[in-house]
Amino acid sequence: MPKVLLPTPLRPYAGGSSSVEVPGATVGEALAALVERHAALERHLFDEGGRLRSFVNVYKNDEDVRYLDREATAVSPQDSLSIVPSIAGGSSPIAVDPVTLSNEEIRRYSRHLILPEVGLEGQKKLKAARVLAVGTGGLGSPLAVYLAAAGVGTIGLVDFDVVDDSNLHRQILFGTSDVGKPKLSVAVRRLKELNPNVEVVPFEERLTSENALEILRDFDVVADGTDNFPTRYLVNDACVLTGKPNVYASIFRFEGQASVFWAAKGPCYRCLYSEPPPPGLVPSCAEGGVLGILPGLLGLIQATETIKLVLGGGESLIGRLLLVDALSMRFRELKLRKNPDCVLCGPRPTVTKLIDYEAFCGIVPEPADAGVPAISVEELAAMRRRGDPFVLLDVREPHEIEICALSGSMRVPLGELTENLHRLSTADEIVVHCRSGSRSAKAVAQLKQAGFRKVRNLAGGILAWADRIDPSVPKY
Amino acid sequence: MIHLSASAEAEIREHGRALYPEECCGALLGTTEADAVRVLEAVPVENARSDSRERRFHIEPEEYRRLEALARERDRDLIGFYHSHPDHPAVPSDYDREHALPFFHYVVLAVSSGEPGEMASFVLSEDRGTFSREDLLPAGPA
Repeated sequence: MPKVLLPTPLRPYAGGSSSVEVPGATVGEALAALVERHAALERHLFDEGGRLRSFVNVYKNDEDVRYLDREATAVSPQDSLSIVPSIAGGSSPIAVDPVTLSNEEIRRYSRHLILPEVGLEGQKKLKAARVLAVGTGGLGSPLAVYLAAAGVGTIGLVDFDVVDDSNLHRQILFGTSDVGKPKLSVAVRRLKELNPNVEVVPFEERLTSENALEILRDFDVVADGTDNFPTRYLVNDACVLTGKPNVYASIFRFEGQASVFWAAKGPCYRCLYSEPPPPGLVPSCAEGGVLGILPGLLGLIQATETIKLVLGGGESLIGRLLLVDALSMRFRELKLRKNPDCVLCGPRPTVTKLIDYEAFCGIVPEPADAGVPAISVEELAAMRRRGDPFVLLDVREPHEIEICALSGSMRVPLGELTENLHRLSTADEIVVHCRSGSRSAKAVAQLKQAGFRKVRNLAGGILAWADRIDPSVPKY
Repeated sequence: MIHLSASAEAEIREHGRALYPEECCGALLGTTEADAVRVLEAVPVENARSDSRERRFHIEPEEYRRLEALARERDRDLIGFYHSHPDHPAVPSDYDREHALPFFHYVVLAVSSGEPGEMASFVLSEDRGTFSREDLLPAGPA
């Protein structure tokens, strides 16, 4: 009869012996005879479906039967079969069921545990929860910090940016020494340091129509901390298509808004705004500025709503749009209704899959200054050195000019350009600049329309000037 | 209960630190006596996974056979295995439990941002249902 050799850990289940002789003409028959004789071995060798466990390997003499005929491999009475485990393991995902809290966690969350509305049960719900934060910027930073501190078990983060100096006044995940580093690696380290019980899942990529459904798939709640319309519609649509709640907030200068969009229970973002605003109408934080504290305020409203969704208590912002004005410190609330004609979450949807959101939001891939004549900062520097006659027109706002300006420039904010045309002469050579080159490109287009011919845009604006000509000029 | 010699502990910690952010893995050799299991030696093993090495480790069956032979040669028992959890606490995952065998002791080392931290040992219950933590103590006088 063929002999089966057992590894040390399995010998106790075969009466302590290291080898057992069993009848059988194939590997499968021999193993069946083995577990028939020693029933306690069965659960360690076979899974619930009766298949050989993935880490159990069988060797006929010196050959792995996976490379022979597997369980149909013929065996003769002289053969020996060795059962050899392979050893495997790994850190995650931990789907501990039932969820338990360690003593360290109980100490850590004790102020939650003594709140009846949270308690042990609620804290376990938080531990089991999987929340995806899209963006780790002004909104995503405080959101992720508080979710991690509160013990949300799995936090996904989507971002592909690096930390910039101008992020630090509001993106509290990052410190001065992090400038230039990828946001996600810093964020993962910070959050793990804050709470090592939390699993942080980084997605270092742009959320796109191609990857959104895959990224969202494993999460229960999505928190939208993005700063642009294409991604906001993408997050909304992906949430509706996958049936997940979308905890939303957005900010501009001193004002913010927040809501919870969940098509199963209320309106979605498209019920509120069926179409995006025309491109350029709503400036981004980079263009319009933002009070650093404001995303903190709104990000924490998102964190609060997220945690309430997980715990299942309180009154959610579903169907309500909260408007926050930090200057007057007033909170107002608008009632939102599901739009029965919503193209996405209505009864007769026309949007049934993710689309091209850049195109939907009217964003053309070419740069905004395309088509207007431009000069480089090096050319401008040469013109100034040579003392060429020309007018340098700065179209930034007065508070920006206080930060930095080029000497000898004429200053007319873009919004006041049309009523100041009389100050310019079509005979003059004109170079227009702003901070980055996009507002000045619009100014050049307006001037051309008004009949100016010798007008050019300074590509890259005063930022490029600071980078390449005069490093003493501060960048903002 | 499992006793870990100072040299074995140092070996495991150093291995965890060196391989961060990937998982390290290896075998535990020692003696099994009625009153105590003692790990005298930690033997580092190459992680056979080619993907997800920061979340998974694998020791091939050929390698397992080599480790059993090594234990015999040194007149020791193969007591179990260790691996690290980079940026993850020293608690077993479901994946760890599903791939565990009874009898063996599984030592898990948490490595946080490259720094070795908590170490814990686990054994599988007879019914495979739970992977329970056992006391992990420094080796007493041999």
